[in-house]
Amino acid sequence: MISVLLTHLVKDLRIEWRSREAINSMLFFALLVVVLFSLAFSPRGTFSQEISGGVICVATLFASMSALNQAWAREIRHQVLDAQRMAPASGSGLFLAKVLANFLFVSVVQLVLAPVFLVFYNLHVQGQAWLLALVLPLGTWALVANGTFFAALSIRSRNRELLLPLILFPIFMPALLAMVLATGSILTGESDPTLWIKLLAGYDIIFTTVSLLLFDVVLHAE
Amino acid sequence: MKKFVIGIYTAITIALLAWGFYQAIYVAPADAMQGEIYRIIFYHVPSASVAFLFFAISLIGSICFLAFRRNHPGRAQAGDAWALAGAEVGVVFCTVVLITGPIWGRRAWGIWWTWDARLTTTLVLWLIYVSYLLLRRFAAGPQMQTLAAVLGIFGALDVPIVYMSNRWWRTQHPAPVFGGDDASGMAPAMVTALLWNMVAWLAWGLLILMLRYNVERQHQKLATQEAQDALDA
Repeated sequence: MISVLLTHLVKDLRIEWRSREAINSMLFFALLVVVLFSLAFSPRGTFSQEISGGVICVATLFASMSALNQAWAREIRHQVLDAQRMAPASGSGLFLAKVLANFLFVSVVQLVLAPVFLVFYNLHVQGQAWLLALVLPLGTWALVANGTFFAALSIRSRNRELLLPLILFPIFMPALLAMVLATGSILTGESDPTLWIKLLAGYDIIFTTVSLLLFDVVLHAE
Repeated sequence: MKKFVIGIYTAITIALLAWGFYQAIYVAPADAMQGEIYRIIFYHVPSASVAFLFFAISLIGSICFLAFRRNHPGRAQAGDAWALAGAEVGVVFCTVVLITGPIWGRRAWGIWWTWDARLTTTLVLWLIYVSYLLLRRFAAGPQMQTLAAVLGIFGALDVPIVYMSNRWWRTQHPAPVFGGDDASGMAPAMVTALLWNMVAWLAWGLLILMLRYNVERQHQKLATQEAQDALDA
């Protein structure tokens, strides 16, 4: 399984390195969301501290939609997905490789966006800033693991791009809540984010396990 | 014979609903604190119980479908029909809960809505099952049943997490009326009225669920028949 995973991961990274489709589109989209929110709410002072956690999470969420849809749409062309279905390798390697690749893309976007975000919203972190290095990856993993799974599910339907957010957002809600509250409490430094980090970790473990177990069912659905 | 049984059952259900209405509106006394508005509990609570029961039926149907889809196609199809019927009728009852709740909340709390644990859970549950029904609409062909079953399992898994996360966040919904602290509990006449309404709405829900299940089974039979005809032609 490790070799399958590495093969798929290297392939996805190489495609992205050559085209830079996913990262560029996500980056620009997330930037647009951040700018739109700052125009809509004109954040200043403590208010900007309070809402910025939510804004960065929602910006990531919206931006990642395009990349997640692209992840499997690429495989549909030239019947690559059918070939993978026939391959003797288990689907979990393929799934994990896709999740890892998308996780890296979204993380890159977050890293590039973070300074812009700090400038636009005049933020200074009041709590323990290093905890953000825990919260954002955990939240991103929750988003990307579920998103990759549901993208594989919705790619089989008629209106593929439309369906993904419709089925992903309701399932993702508790993770979004935990992510927003954790980032918010780190930025304002008013409350302890430990509980929310634990919830995010639990969510990640549960849904990654179930996705791995059920991915073969989705891949071979007929 | 089948029609006769359904007719009898429908008549009993309607009688139960009428009796439940009489109990709720005329027999049960007005609440000491809330006055008349509390009577909405006789519709709110039964609908919520029925909705949760039917979502559970939907989950079991989804699991049955996935478990049997290779070896027992017949059972798998029945499971899928249960999953669909449970989700659809459950969404209707859940909608009733989401409508009656704010009506009561406006009078009792002075606000229509609050992001409390149970309210949010119910709303997210409703959203999840609506997205489940959307998936069934959008996905075509036989793979749709498998995809829907997978989503059904994911959705059910999400419910306890949503509940816990919101409980840690904030809670405003009244504490459990039964089995809560010493101050909980109801006047006996109210309990009787509530139980009658529970039975009546459960009977009504089951009637609709059965009808929906049968319709879906007929659909499946027709689809199989059509596929067979197309093969023969």
